[in-house]
Amino acid sequence: MKSFTYERVATPAAATAAFARAPGARFIAGGTNLLDLMKLEIETPAHLIDVSRLSLDKIEKTGDGGLRIGAMVRNTDLASDARVRKDYGLLSRALVAGASGQLRNKATTAGNLLQRTRCPYFYDTNQPCNKRRPGSGCAAIGGFNRIHAVVGASEACIATHPSDMAVAMRALDAVVETVDAAGKARAIPLATFYRAPGTTPHLETVLAPGELITAVTLPKPVGGTHIYHKVRDRASYAFALISVGAIVQKDGSGRVALGGVGYQPWRVEAAEAELPRGAKAAADGLLAGAKTTHENAYKLPLVERTLAGVLAEARG
Amino acid sequence: MKFDTPATTNPIDQLKVVGKPTNRIDGPLKTTGTAPYAYERHDVAANQAYGYVVGSAIAKGRIASMNLKVAEAAPGVLAIVTAANAGKLGKGDFNTAKLLGGPAVDHYHQAIALVVAESFEQARAAAALVRVEYERGKGNFDLAKSLDGAIKPAPSFGTEADSAVGNFAGAFAGAPVQVDARYFTPDHAHAMMEPHASIAAWEGDKLTLWTSNQMIAWSVGDMAKTLGIPKENVRLDSPYVGGGFGGKLFIRADAVLAALGAKAAKRPVKVALPRAFMFNNTPHRPATIQRIRLGATAEGKITAIGHESWSGDLPGGGPETAVGQTRLLYAGENRMTAMRLAVLDLPEGNAMRAPGEAPGLMALEIAVDELAEKLGMDPVALRILNDTQVDPEKPKRRFSQRQLNKCLQIGADKFGWAKRSAKPAQVRDGRWLVGMGVAAAFRNNINGPSAARVRLDKSGVVTVETDMTDIGTGTYTIIAQTAAEMMGLQLDKVVVKLGDSAFPVSAGSGGQWGANSSTAGVFAACVKLREAVAQKLGMNPADAAFADGKVRSGGRSAALGEAAADGEIVAEDKMEYGDLEKAYQQSTFGAHYVEVAVDAMTGEIRIRRMLAVCAAGRILNPKAARSQVIGAMTMGAGAALMEELAVDKRFGFFVNHDLAGYEVPVHADIPHQEVIFLDETDPTTSPMKAKGVGELGICGVAAAVANAVYNATGVRVRNYPITLDKLLGQLPDIA
Ligand SMILES: Cc1cc2nc3c(=O)[nH]c(=O)nc-3n(C[C@H](O)[C@H](O)[C@H](O)COP(=O)(O)OP(=O)(O)OC[C@H]3O[C@@H](n4cnc5c(N)ncnc54)[C@H](O)[C@@H]3O)c2cc1C
Ligand code: SF4
Repeated sequence: MKSFTYERVATPAAATAAFARAPGARFIAGGTNLLDLMKLEIETPAHLIDVSRLSLDKIEKTGDGGLRIGAMVRNTDLASDARVRKDYGLLSRALVAGASGQLRNKATTAGNLLQRTRCPYFYDTNQPCNKRRPGSGCAAIGGFNRIHAVVGASEACIATHPSDMAVAMRALDAVVETVDAAGKARAIPLATFYRAPGTTPHLETVLAPGELITAVTLPKPVGGTHIYHKVRDRASYAFALISVGAIVQKDGSGRVALGGVGYQPWRVEAAEAELPRGAKAAADGLLAGAKTTHENAYKLPLVERTLAGVLAEARG
Repeated sequence: MKFDTPATTNPIDQLKVVGKPTNRIDGPLKTTGTAPYAYERHDVAANQAYGYVVGSAIAKGRIASMNLKVAEAAPGVLAIVTAANAGKLGKGDFNTAKLLGGPAVDHYHQAIALVVAESFEQARAAAALVRVEYERGKGNFDLAKSLDGAIKPAPSFGTEADSAVGNFAGAFAGAPVQVDARYFTPDHAHAMMEPHASIAAWEGDKLTLWTSNQMIAWSVGDMAKTLGIPKENVRLDSPYVGGGFGGKLFIRADAVLAALGAKAAKRPVKVALPRAFMFNNTPHRPATIQRIRLGATAEGKITAIGHESWSGDLPGGGPETAVGQTRLLYAGENRMTAMRLAVLDLPEGNAMRAPGEAPGLMALEIAVDELAEKLGMDPVALRILNDTQVDPEKPKRRFSQRQLNKCLQIGADKFGWAKRSAKPAQVRDGRWLVGMGVAAAFRNNINGPSAARVRLDKSGVVTVETDMTDIGTGTYTIIAQTAAEMMGLQLDKVVVKLGDSAFPVSAGSGGQWGANSSTAGVFAACVKLREAVAQKLGMNPADAAFADGKVRSGGRSAALGEAAADGEIVAEDKMEYGDLEKAYQQSTFGAHYVEVAVDAMTGEIRIRRMLAVCAAGRILNPKAARSQVIGAMTMGAGAALMEELAVDKRFGFFVNHDLAGYEVPVHADIPHQEVIFLDETDPTTSPMKAKGVGELGICGVAAAVANAVYNATGVRVRNYPITLDKLLGQLPDIA
C-alpha cells in the first residue's frame, strides 16, 4: 500500500471541493472494496476523502411515489427497510444474496455500484490487465475465464461487474443522482451509467472525476412477483456465476436483468416482450450476440435454465 | 519403552478420563482470542521489526537484474535480504524448491527478497518498490500433456511406484464385467486460516524461531541445514497452530527469511506470508490423472484391479501416491498399480491431509460405484462381498483389525440406505433431484517414536512436556487425558506444554499418526514416573495403584504430591516400535453416506445429509475425534464440489490465489453431519490401542458425494470438482 493522506468531510459540497483541491483523490465510503485494492496497489490514491458520514444515509419517498436511497445507506439497512421489502422485494433479495452480514453492514449504496471486477488477473499485479494497467493486455483471454463475460465484452477486457444490488436496481429502472465539483447535479439512468469496455476498460462508468454519487432513486413500485436467483459454486458468500433478477406480472409479462454475464447488469428491454413465450425466447434475446470463451460457454444454457426456473417459480 | 508385542491390560483401560468426550483444554484460549499464535507473540522478543516477502512474478526463468535502491531509500526500511546478499544457503531435506530463489526462479511467487522495516506498512510499501527484471524461461505447466514423458519415481516414504500380483492383464481381459475409466483430481490448497508466520531472534549464533509448524524436530533440522548452522543452535517454538493440514509439516519461506532478516537487521524480525502467497509460494496437493480398471465375475467378485496415477512436481519432487490404498482395500487375485511422475514447473506439490489416499479414493470409490451399476448390484453389497481380512498383495499379513463391513452395514441402516433408488434420476423433491451415495473410507495407521517428559510437583500437579504440536486437533487435551489416567488424577491437575524444541522429540502432527504416537510417548514417560513415585514413597511399583490423586499399595495410601515433597520428580521416556506394523497391516476404516439434491434447472448441488461410521481403534476423546471427522467431511465436500486451484498453463501459476477465488465450503454448504465410532481397540498399535481419525475422515467423502450426484441425476462426473457446468448439458430438458 502506498502512503496516502486522509480527510473526512461533512457535506457533499465539501467532498467535491476537497476533490478539486486534490485531483486523483478517491472517495471512500465503507471501504470494503477500495481498501483491499489499495493494499494490493491496484488502486494507489494519494488522498482519501471519507464520505461515509455524509448525511446521505436516508431512504425517503419521492414526489412521484418512488424512493430516494441515499448514497451512504448501508446495504444491510437498505435490504431490511420495510418499504423496500414490501415494494421492491427484488432489491432486498439481491442485497442479502451478496457478500456477508459484516460486509453488508459496512457497504454503501454508492460503493456497491462502483465496486470493481473480481477477475483474478485484475487482482494480480504481476499479470497483464488492461483494466488495471491500460495497454498491458488481457490475461483472462486465453487464460482462466470460467467466471467472465459472455455479452458486451471486448478484445481488451472480458470482465464482469460483480454487484448483485445493481442487477435488481437495473430491473427496477433506478436512476443515479450525482453532484460534480462545480456543484452541478445530474441524474443518470443506471441503464447508461456503466461504460462498455471497448478499448478503454479502465473507464467503467460515465462519472466524471470527482463526481459524487448522492442518491439512487427508484420509480414507483410496479408490483408483480420479485425473484432473485443467484447461481454460484457454493451456497453462500460467493460471487454469482450468473444471476437472474426478475419481476413477473400475473399475465406473464415482466422484466429481467442478469448478473455475472457482462460489464454491467444486463437487461434488454426488447427481449422482455418475449417473456410470456417462455425462457428460451427471452434468453435468446437477452444473450443475442453472446461470445463465449473455452471455459464460460456454460453460462448461456445456465441463464436460460435459471430463467426457466424463475418463471416457473413465479407461476407458483 | 519398546512396543513390540500386542498390548495387554494397562492403566489406560480404566477409561476414567481417556475415552470420555472432553472439551478441549485450549478451547477458552481459542474462543477468547488469547491463544498466542506465532505472529502475535509480541512479548517474546523486544524491538521486533517487520519483514515483507517479495515473490517472483514469473514461474520459470532467471532474475536478470534486481534494483533495490528505491526500496532501500523508502521510509523505515532497515534491510533487504536477497539471494545475492544472504550468503550461502542450503536446502532442507523436506523442501523441493529453495525457499529463497534467485537468480534462478523455480516457481511463481517463490520468495526472491525480504524487505525489513520498522512497520508492516513500511515493509509492504517498500517491497512493492523492489524493481526486478526477469528473463522468462520455458516451463511445463500442463499435466495432461506431460503423461508421455512421465517417469517411474523412486520409492517415496517406503512406497514403491509399482506393484503387481497375479496376471492383471489376462484377468481383466477375461472378466465378464469391466470398468475402465479415467478420473481427474485438481490441485488443492490447504487453505488453512492461519498463514505461515514466524518471528526470529538471534542471540549470538543461536537462533530462536517462534513459528507455526507441525513437525518441530524435522524443522529444526531443516532450518539448521538451510542456514548452515548446527542443530543445537536452533530453537523452534510452536505452541499453537491455526491449521496446517500438511502445509506446515516443513519450514517455509517465512521461517528462513525471518532468520535472515533478523540477522541483516540485527534485531528480531517477524514475517507472515500474505494470503496470496499461500497458494503459489507454499506446497499444495498435486493434481492427478488416474486410470482405474476393475474386472469382476457376474456375481460381483473382483478378479482384476488395476490403478495407475500420474502427477507432476518440480524436479526432485515426488508423486502423489494415489494408488497406495488400492493395494489394500479390496480382494482380488490379479492386481497392478503404478505411479508416474512428470516434471512440472508449478509450485511444489507435497502432503495435504491424507496425501495419496484422498485423491486415490476420489477415483477408486467412483469406479467401484460404476462397477456396482454394471453388475446390477447394490454398491454396499459389492464392497462387503469383496472385503479382505488380509493384505491382498501379501496374504500372510492380516489386518490387525478390519471392521469395514460393519461400518458399511451400520451406516446403511442408520442412513436409510434401503430407500435409495438403484436406478438414477428417479427421486424428485419439487425442483430438486435427490440421490444418495456411499464410499468406503480407508487410511493406514502409522506410528512414530515419540518422547515426553513428565514432572510431578508437591501439589500433585503433573506437567507434561513434549515437542508434539496441536494443530487444532485437540492434542493438548488427549495428552492431558493420558497423563491424568496414568497418574490417577483429574484433568485439572495436569498441565501440558507443547511445541518447543527444547522438549523431548515427539512424533509430531501429520499422517494421522499424532494422536496415538504422542499419547503413547506420554504413556511411557508416565510408567517411569509411576515407578519413581512408588519408589520415593517406599511402595512396591508392581502393585501401586494410582487413583483419585492418591497412591495405594500394601494397605498404605499417600497423596501423589507427597512423593515430590522434597523436590520435583521428573521422568522421561520415549515410545519406540518393534515389528508389529510389519506383522500386521494396521489401518483405519469407515463408510461415508451422503445425500445430495441437485437443482434440475441450474445444476446447483447441495448436500443434504452426511454420515460417517468409523472404526479407528480406541477413540481417546470422542468429542475431539468427532470434530476431526466432521472437519474432514467438510474438506471432502469441498474437494467434491468446489475446490480447485485453477492453473494458468501459459504463465504457470495458480490464478485463484485468494479465498474469494479458491472456494472452500461455508456453513450453508454443510447442513447436517453425523459421526459414529465403532467401539474398538487395537492392541497392536500401542498401549493406547488407538489409531488416527483426522485423515480417515476425508478419505472417500468426495466419491460418496460424486456417487450421490450420479444417483440423483444420472450424470457421471469423473473430473473434480463437480461443478454445475459439468452437469448442465445432461440434465432433464426444461419445459
Ligand atoms: C469478501 C467479499 C465478498 C463480497 N461478495 C459480494 C457479493 O456476493 N455480491 C456483491 O454484490 N458484492 C460483494 N462484495 C462487494 C461489496 O458489495 C462491495 O465491496 C461494497 O458494496 C462496496 O461498498 P463500500 O461502501 O465499502 O465501497 P468503498 O470500498 O468505500 O468504495 C468503492 C468505490 O466506490 C467509490 N465511492 C464510494 N462512495 C462514493 C460516492 N458517494 N460517490 C462516488 N464514488 C464513491 C470509491 O471511491 C471506490 O472507488 C463482496 C466484498 C467482499 C470483500
Ligand atoms: S478481463 Fe479485464 S480485468 Fe480481467 S485481465 Fe482482462 S482486462 Fe483485466
